[in-house]
Amino acid sequence: MQDALQLLQNGVPISWYLILSAVLFTLGVAGFLYRRSIITVFMCIELMLNAVNLAFITFSHQHKDVSGNLFAFFVMVVAAAEAAVGLAIILTVFRNRATLNIDEIDSLKN
Amino acid sequence: MQNLWLIPAFPFIGFLLNGIFGKKLPKAVINLIAVGSVLLSFAWVLKVYMTAGDIGATPVREHYFTWMQSGQFSVGWDFAVDRLTMIMLFVVTGIGSLIHIYATGYMAHEEGYYRFFAYLNLFMFFMLNLVLGANYLILFVGWEGVGLCSYLLIGFYIVKHSATTAGNKAFIVNRIGDFGFSLAMFLIVVNFGTLDFNRVFQAAPGKQTETLTAIALLLLVGATGKSAQIPLYVWLPDAMEGPTPVSALIHAATMVTAGVYMCTRSAVIFTHAPVAMFTVAIIGLATAVFAATIGLLQNDIKKVYAYSTVSQLGYMFLGVGVGAFSAGIWHLVTHAFFKALLFLGAGSVIHACHGEQDMRHMGGLKKYAPWTMGVLICASLAISGFPFTSGYFSKDAILGAAYAYNPAMYWIGVITAGMTAFYVWRAFWMTFTGEYKGHGHPHESGWSMLGPLVVLAFLSIAGGFLFNVPKILDNMFPIAEGGENMTLTYISVAFGLGGIALSYYMYVVNPKLPERLATTFSGLYTLIYNKYFVDEIYDATVVRPVVDGSTTVLWHVMDQGVIDGAVNGVGSEARDIGGVLKLLQSGNIRSYATWVVIGAVVLLLVMGISAMGLAAVNQ
Repeated sequence: MQDALQLLQNGVPISWYLILSAVLFTLGVAGFLYRRSIITVFMCIELMLNAVNLAFITFSHQHKDVSGNLFAFFVMVVAAAEAAVGLAIILTVFRNRATLNIDEIDSLKN
Repeated sequence: MQNLWLIPAFPFIGFLLNGIFGKKLPKAVINLIAVGSVLLSFAWVLKVYMTAGDIGATPVREHYFTWMQSGQFSVGWDFAVDRLTMIMLFVVTGIGSLIHIYATGYMAHEEGYYRFFAYLNLFMFFMLNLVLGANYLILFVGWEGVGLCSYLLIGFYIVKHSATTAGNKAFIVNRIGDFGFSLAMFLIVVNFGTLDFNRVFQAAPGKQTETLTAIALLLLVGATGKSAQIPLYVWLPDAMEGPTPVSALIHAATMVTAGVYMCTRSAVIFTHAPVAMFTVAIIGLATAVFAATIGLLQNDIKKVYAYSTVSQLGYMFLGVGVGAFSAGIWHLVTHAFFKALLFLGAGSVIHACHGEQDMRHMGGLKKYAPWTMGVLICASLAISGFPFTSGYFSKDAILGAAYAYNPAMYWIGVITAGMTAFYVWRAFWMTFTGEYKGHGHPHESGWSMLGPLVVLAFLSIAGGFLFNVPKILDNMFPIAEGGENMTLTYISVAFGLGGIALSYYMYVVNPKLPERLATTFSGLYTLIYNKYFVDEIYDATVVRPVVDGSTTVLWHVMDQGVIDGAVNGVGSEARDIGGVLKLLQSGNIRSYATWVVIGAVVLLLVMGISAMGLAAVNQ
């Protein structure tokens, strides 16, 4: 009760944000490694990017430095572009292969 | 300023024009460029001769640019003309012009007409460089250049295997000689610090005899290669594979005499090295006898004259060796006249017989080719030393000097003169008398060929009167006092006439005799007929070991084993490593992602550990 009160008074501590960021990133990595659907894998990449964004914003807030925010915007722009290109690729792959199983899309071998 | 550089420049321009554009040019233009350029340089030589004043007292010397400079040592592109060079210039450009004119007729129906004249002009360029050069290096540039042109022209009939191998042989044998020449130049640089003729010859008398002997002997090695003396003469007879004008110009009149010119130019070094002089004389004499005996039994008309050239070059070296430098040069000049004429006449004969070179398939040509016969009589008389022809004077000067040096040398020389007369006239009788034994109808050559022949015939007969070389070179090589000994002259003339008479008896009066003699002395006959098996001996002792050594050691062990082994080893190692690494490329995105994660983790670990380590060190 005491802690929750203190929380409301002082705001959420920095470490919580960072822990959340790390958890999100790890989830993204795990999903990337273990899921088979390309769409899910793709979403996991977005998740990782956003986890990193969260870390940027957190440090930016802590150090009172705007460059962290700037980086976050950059990452968003890149992510948006990447989403457009990536989805286009996924669509094309699906049209050609009729599958979205990532294990079956291995023609880069040899 | 006499602009001496123009003399070699004209033929060089001719070479460039014919070499680059010749394929598209009509023959008349090619002729104009080729002959005109050489005539222009002849005219320029004349102009220099007229306007340069007394070049004996004050040689013309021109410096164009410093070619190389290294510390105290520098080599300039210098040309100089003294009387010796002037004689050579006249011989080279004069006879060169005549032979160029002749070649326009002789080569008229050959493939690669423009190529032939481009090479011939290039040869003139290098030869003129050789005689104009005022230091050893410029001389060497010309020396190598004429070797190159000789190679190109011997192998002119590129589709003929024997021609290309003859070209290779000439080139490789000359390399041996040039190696000696290079060593001589290195020794000169080390001992004199310069290659300039004037400075070397000024300093030479003060040097040790051993040094000078070494230099002179190495120069002699170079000269034996270029001028076809024992032991490096073997390339010259094979060089007859080239077109006949080439044989006349390069392998009789000019290039092969470069060795004599070089030795004469280096006379100061030679005269201060008596051992080297003696060696020169011995080599010259041995070559003269040796080649003359081979010439006795050759059946190819050009081979006869080729061995005769080797033999006559031996005479010139004999002259140089016994100290009669000007007599050697005199013989060089007269030999250029009559030997060029012999070859060009032989070319006319070959032309008449539709390409036949074997004298056993000729005969009876006096009906068909009277002009050729007339000029060949002049040349044959001159080379036999018939009184008051050009060869008579020069040969006599050499033999007289040889007698003063060592009477035995004189006697060997005189016997050689008898043999020379014999084989040259043997060739003459076999070609012109009796019945025609070849195929087709022989015919006389055209005037573009006969014109130069007539001029040369005149020079062969009168050249001894017109150009008294020892007198011209008197200020460089004083004439020995009391050298005239008429008895010696009578003896050598008698030997020459005896040789002519004997050949007449054996090949006209009693043609069965040579065959009988051949069977009687079959051992000796086989030995000489096969040229003493010198080619075979060289093949067994030098060529085979080098080829076999190269094949087994250099090719199989070094090239295939070591070099190819290293290169192929690197390749196969890379492939093996790649074979292992390629297992990583599964095409499976998730396995790639796993590697990325592992990599990131390892990177973080390394960074973390090193950061902790740094922190620990800082504390």
